[in-house]
Amino acid sequence: MGLTGLEIFKQLPKTNCKDCGQPTCLAFAMQLASGKASLDQCPHVSDAAKEALDSASAPPVALVTIGKGDKELQLGNETVLFRHDKRFEHPTGIAIKVNDTDDDITAKVQAINKLVFDRVGQIHKVNLVAVNNASGDAAKFTEAVKTVQDSSDFALVLISEDAAAMEKALEVAGANAPLICGANAANFDAMLALAKKYDAPLVVKGADLNELAALVEKAGYKKLILDSGAREVNNVLADQTQIRRQALKKFRPFGYPTIAFADNEDPIQAIVDAGVYIAKYAGIVVLNTADPADVLPLITLRLNIYTDPQKPIAVESKLYEIGTPGPDAPVFVTTNFSLTYFCVQGDVEAGRISAYIMPVDTDGISVLTGWAAGKFTPEKITEMLNSCGIADKVNHKKMIIPGGVAVLSGKLQELSGWEVLVGPRESAGIPSFIKQRWGA
Amino acid sequence: MAVTIAKEKWTSKVGEMVLGADSSVKAGGESTLPFLHFEGDVPNKVVLALEVWDLEPVDWPEILKAPFEGVLADPVAWAKKNVEYGADAVALRLMSAHPDFKDASPEDCAATAKAVAEAVNVPLIIIGCGVEEKDAEVLEKVGEALAGKNCLLGCATEKNYKTITATAMVNGHSVVASSPLDINLAKQLNILMTEMNLPTNRIAIDPLVGALGYGIEYAYSIMERARMGALMGDKMLAMPVICFVGQEAWKAKEAKSPDDESPEWGAQERRAILWEVLTTTTFAQAGGSIFVLRHPETVKQVKVHVDKMMESNAY
Ligand code: B12
Ligand code: SF4
Repeated sequence: MGLTGLEIFKQLPKTNCKDCGQPTCLAFAMQLASGKASLDQCPHVSDAAKEALDSASAPPVALVTIGKGDKELQLGNETVLFRHDKRFEHPTGIAIKVNDTDDDITAKVQAINKLVFDRVGQIHKVNLVAVNNASGDAAKFTEAVKTVQDSSDFALVLISEDAAAMEKALEVAGANAPLICGANAANFDAMLALAKKYDAPLVVKGADLNELAALVEKAGYKKLILDSGAREVNNVLADQTQIRRQALKKFRPFGYPTIAFADNEDPIQAIVDAGVYIAKYAGIVVLNTADPADVLPLITLRLNIYTDPQKPIAVESKLYEIGTPGPDAPVFVTTNFSLTYFCVQGDVEAGRISAYIMPVDTDGISVLTGWAAGKFTPEKITEMLNSCGIADKVNHKKMIIPGGVAVLSGKLQELSGWEVLVGPRESAGIPSFIKQRWGA
Repeated sequence: MAVTIAKEKWTSKVGEMVLGADSSVKAGGESTLPFLHFEGDVPNKVVLALEVWDLEPVDWPEILKAPFEGVLADPVAWAKKNVEYGADAVALRLMSAHPDFKDASPEDCAATAKAVAEAVNVPLIIIGCGVEEKDAEVLEKVGEALAGKNCLLGCATEKNYKTITATAMVNGHSVVASSPLDINLAKQLNILMTEMNLPTNRIAIDPLVGALGYGIEYAYSIMERARMGALMGDKMLAMPVICFVGQEAWKAKEAKSPDDESPEWGAQERRAILWEVLTTTTFAQAGGSIFVLRHPETVKQVKVHVDKMMESNAY
């Protein structure tokens, strides 16, 4: 959270020596507050002041990184309780659990590697594989960790409360900064030492919020993920809410991302619980399933909840070719809201239709919203029709508009000189519409 | 170290709506954010309604039709089935009134509504066909025919709220007030309706939600803001929120696409039901109180979840 210039000024030497390039300490403080300077430009600031400023200006939820290179996952830096207050920053990391007692771990990991979905032109996937020391055996755990590390596209979470087993597993995986899961009151010193040794993030689990806060205070280590110990969804909701609220109030022990486990014995309820954790603040949620029917809804929910409320996702407004459109290919008119565009694109593709799609720039809003807001108008459609070069690509003058805006057709026909065909209301109807109405 | 539990001091609460001839079903009444028992009261479970149509639905996917095999053309039998499936309320959708379908008369619709009301012992939610002028005519007759049954009638919009509000007041019903995803539009409609002297606890806000993957985030945030408004004393936002989840979730490609079309998405039945379930439970986290659903398995799963969420988490 930002500090005011005055708050920063109080911590500066107040000598106005100008070594920072500013005329006065106050001027420098103002530059700092607005993010135009950095503290290390003042050579005279004391260590104590530096620490005070660092911690006061640190975000309420620390940024924590798991894994390395292209498997790296960042969590934290959150600043709000409600997405409408600003936005949620780092989407909940989805981890899929494998047990070291599982029969064919490689096959399981391969299934997890496939949990990658293309939605509105963006790739969404799970983020972590959690290896659980279900056997209680160090050698078996280490072997499983090695297998997963060799075959997984994602960074690892190592789950064992046995420090000796963790030590062995880290000999194999420690260099890749896996999440060590983790420390509790009983094994605290040993687990913490391992985390420090490998400079890896560490889950700290308390029996309740009080014990959690005490353990974090004691840790003196900043790469932490919090586990309040709660496992039932009603209690996890309460703890997650408390941790986020306290973090925003700058209660430092809770200023870290959290982890939640969707361990409900009923597999459907486990997904429902995971949905609550995604909506309500979990930094990581650990699932026991790799079934895409379970994971797709959760990944979609995460995408929605973590969308920046201030900017709709838009596609570039330009002429798109689907398949290999010839001169008699149909021309579909839509808006550049990504969800709208990709619905249309998906359905055109599903019908194996080669076509042109023309998404008009509506500032990234949907067909009806765009129409209601005066951003999807006959004028705008005509303008794009004339400027995008479609007239040179096709040998006809017919466009298809969404059924929801049938009312536009008269005016549009008049303005553009093109024939306007009113398509179905839902893009899913496009394939059958084309069969019946195009080229016949 | 002892953590001081952070509690908000809310000054007000959501109004409580009572439904059914015997007033057996209640919605709303919370004095905190959803399921935060450590901070305030959450007196009522969410209300789960299952839809019944008075016209056989043709484009429902097989997995949605299967649980209602043999009753889809018979609203009375369908409604009974819904009760067997554990629905807290039956939501009768008068599709036949639509000019593009049967253009059924208000009298015919009222007769159907009456027959359904007599067949089941749970409260009714009666929804028109979505054509605003026609809905006003239809609901006027339906409201009369069901006088004293304490139903929830909808959907009232800025265009047709007057007739529907009047019917509700005269015949003792509550009203669904629909406005498109906008706090101010919702308030405005509530003000207009209460100015006609309809008590605030006889209005349910319908923010026109979208499904998971199809704009759920807009409604989610509108609902969170409305709940906070209610808790901070804004009487024109202090109504329970109704979410028509079934109609939205079953429109989603992810719910409709069969196994062989999208094998990388897993089995259709599981993903489709999860689509409806997660849309519902996510809105419950944002403050939804009444849910109109389509698949009985959704009702079952949401019930299990909500029962758990109703257990105290006080510190
Ligand atoms: C989310 C939403 C918003 C979001 C916008 C998000 C966005 N990026 O678009 C917000 C909150 C900002 C919003 C605002 C408004 N909204 Co709005 N909004 C919606 C909502 C809930 C969903 C829209 C959506 O994303 N749909 C999903 C996309 C994929 O649908 P789509 O673009 O229509 O595409 C489908 C079809 O049209 C078709 N299709 C698309 N292209 C093509 C092309 C061809 C050739 C064919 C054949 C088919 C086809 O296939 C697609 C998939 O089925 C709808 C209600 C609803 N449930 O539909 C209201 C709705 C669109 N909004 C409405 C209104 C009135 C508004 C506002 C004017 C109201 C206000 N509160 O001020 C504002 C205007 C905003 C502004 N000034 O910019 C009304 C429009 C009424 C009308 N019939 O004109 C609606 C219908 C709600 C209602 N029932 O009253 N809205
Ligand atoms: S270098 Fe430091 S002490 Fe000198 S003027 Fe700048 S802020 Fe002040």
